Amino acid sequence: MATTAGVGRKALSRREAPKRRSAWLRPETRTAWLFLLPSFIGFMVFYAIPAVRGIYLSFTDWDLLKQSGAWVGIDNYKAMFQDALFWNALGQTFKYVVINIGIQTVLALAIAVLMHRLTRSVVVRGILVLPWLIPNVVLALLWMWMLDPNLGVVNHWLTAVGFSEQGFLGSESQVIPTLAGINIWRHMGYTALLLFAGLVMIPQTYYEAAALDGAGEWRMFRTITLPLLRPVLALVLVVTIVGSFQIFDTVQIATGGFGGQPGGPGNASRVLYLYIFQQAFEFNALGYAAALSVALIVLLLAVAAIQLRLLRAGESDLA
Amino acid sequence: MSSTISPTDTPPTGVAATRPAERTRAKNGIAWGRIAAWAAMILLLFVSLFPFFWMLRTALASNADLVKGSQSLAPPGATTFNLKQVLGLASEAEIAKAGTATSTEINFFVALRNSVIICTLITLGQVVFCSMAAYAFARLRFPGRDKIFFLYLTAMMIPPIFTLIPNFVLIKNLGWLNTFPGIVAPFFLMTPFAVFFLRQFFLGISREVEEAAVLDGASRWKIFRQIIIPMSAAPLTTLAVLTYITAWNEYMWPLVAGDSENVRPLTVALNAFKSATPALAPPWAPLMAGTFLAALPIIVLFVFMARRMVDAIGFSGIK
Repeated sequence: MATTAGVGRKALSRREAPKRRSAWLRPETRTAWLFLLPSFIGFMVFYAIPAVRGIYLSFTDWDLLKQSGAWVGIDNYKAMFQDALFWNALGQTFKYVVINIGIQTVLALAIAVLMHRLTRSVVVRGILVLPWLIPNVVLALLWMWMLDPNLGVVNHWLTAVGFSEQGFLGSESQVIPTLAGINIWRHMGYTALLLFAGLVMIPQTYYEAAALDGAGEWRMFRTITLPLLRPVLALVLVVTIVGSFQIFDTVQIATGGFGGQPGGPGNASRVLYLYIFQQAFEFNALGYAAALSVALIVLLLAVAAIQLRLLRAGESDLA
Repeated sequence: MSSTISPTDTPPTGVAATRPAERTRAKNGIAWGRIAAWAAMILLLFVSLFPFFWMLRTALASNADLVKGSQSLAPPGATTFNLKQVLGLASEAEIAKAGTATSTEINFFVALRNSVIICTLITLGQVVFCSMAAYAFARLRFPGRDKIFFLYLTAMMIPPIFTLIPNFVLIKNLGWLNTFPGIVAPFFLMTPFAVFFLRQFFLGISREVEEAAVLDGASRWKIFRQIIIPMSAAPLTTLAVLTYITAWNEYMWPLVAGDSENVRPLTVALNAFKSATPALAPPWAPLMAGTFLAALPIIVLFVFMARRMVDAIGFSGIK
C-alpha cells in the first residue's frame, strides 16, 4: 500500500502549486484508477466484453459442443422470425407480464397505503418482504407442493368451500396465471416497500389540509397520493416490468412436473428466458440463443423507453 | 402538473361545512374503516407467512402420512427423519422403509457447505472492491469519471442471460467449470448495484473530517481505510447482507457453471433432488426438508437484520 500512500501525498503538493498539466497525468487520477481497478476489471471481463461478444455470437452458428462457429450474418435473426416456438415464447411471456404486473402493482399500492396509514412497524414490513428474500427455487418447490392437484393444501381448501379441484401448474390454461400468482405473492411486499418509501416523501400537510376540507380516504388517494407518487410509481413499474420479463427460476423448477420438460405442459409456459436457456444449454445452439437474447434486450429497451415516455417519470409534482 | 393538487387554495367555506361531519365521526368512536384496514393487513400477513409454516409442517411430517392425503395443521406422524435423510445421516435401509428414496442420493450438507463458501467469497470480494470503486466515484476527481459511472449503471440494466452465454464460454475456456472460482468469478469483483449503493452513502458523508485529514498529509488510501470505512459500517453491513442473500438465491449461473456435487450450491442441489425424484410418488416430506434447510439461514439472518434491510430496500428503490 506504500505506493498509493505516496501518490496521495504528491497529489496535495501539486494542487497547492497549480501547474498546467493534463488531467490524465494528475496524481489524483492515478490514485483513482488504483481504487477503481478491481471493479473495472470485473466490469470489463464479465459485463462489457461479454455484452459485445454476445452480439458477435448472435451472428454466428456457434455450437456449445464443438466450441466453434462460423459467421452466418443475419441468418439467426431470419430464423427467429420464422420460429413458431419463439413467437409462442414471446406470447407466453407477454401474458405472464400482463397478469403479473397488473395484479402485483395494484396489490402493492394497496399494501403500501395500508402500511402508510396503519403502522410503521418493522415486523409488519419484515414479514411482507420475507418471501422476496427466499430463493426462487425454494419457493417454486414449495408452491409445487401446495398446488399439487391431489395432495396439495390449496385444492384441499378449494374443495372444502365447494370449488372443484384445479390443475394449476399441470393445466395448460392455468400454468401462466399460476406462475404469475406465485411471483405476485413473492414480490408484492417488496414492491409495496418501494412504493411506501415514495409515500413517506409526500408532505403530511397535504393530507391534513384535505381532511380539513372533508375529503375521504378514497378522494385523498386519488387527488393527492396517486399524482404525487407518479414518478416513484413510474420507476418501480419500469424496474418490475423489466424484471418480470426475465422470469426463469420459477418456471424452470415448477413446470413440467417431476421428470417432465420445463416449459410444459406442452409449450404453455415456455417463456422467452427459458427458451433462450434451452436453446443454449440443451440444444447447444449458442449462436441462436445469443440472437434471441439480443431480441430480448431490444424488447426491454423499447418497453422501458415507452413507459418512461408515457409516465413522464422524470418530472415530479413535488417541487 | 401543479393543477392536480391545490389543497391550499380551497375556499374556506368548504372547511366550515365539513367540520361538523368530522366531529360526529370522531364521537361515534368505532372507526370501521380502520378495522377493515387492519383486517386486510392481517390477512396479508397470514398469506405471506402461511406457506413457510406449511413448508416446516411438511418437513417434519412422515411421508407415508402425506401420501395418504393428511392435511392436518400439525405435522402428521411428526418426525425429524426427513432432515436426517437430506443431511445424509439416514441409512439406505431406513430410507427404503420410509419410501422416500430418490434415484441418486442428494446430500444437502455438502450443498450447504458449498453455498456458504460461495456466498462468503462473493460477499468479501464485492464489499472490498465495490467500496473502493464507490469511493473513487464519490470523492476523487479524474477524467472520464462520470462516463465510467454511467457505463456501470448501464450494466445494471443488462439481463443476466445476455452475459450468461459469453461468460459460460469464457469460464469453460479457462477450464473453470465445476470449480468454486468459476462459480464465484462473475460476482467477485463488482456488481453495478453494489458500487451504486455505496457511492450514494459516501456522497452523504461530510467532507470536513476528510479535508482535515488531507491537511494533515494523510494519503487517500489511509483516509479510505481509517475514516470512510469506519464511518460507513452500517451501509457496508447492509450491503454485505444483501449481497449474501442475492448470492444465496442465485440459480441460473451455478446451474450452468457448477452442477457437480462437490461445488454446487443449495439451489442447484434442490434442482438435482427434484430431478432424482420418482415422477409417480414424489417424496414431498424430504423435499420440503431440503427447501427448509435452504431457506432457514436466510430467515435467521433476516430476523437479526430486519430493520436495516427494510430501510435499505426503501432507499435503493427511490434512488
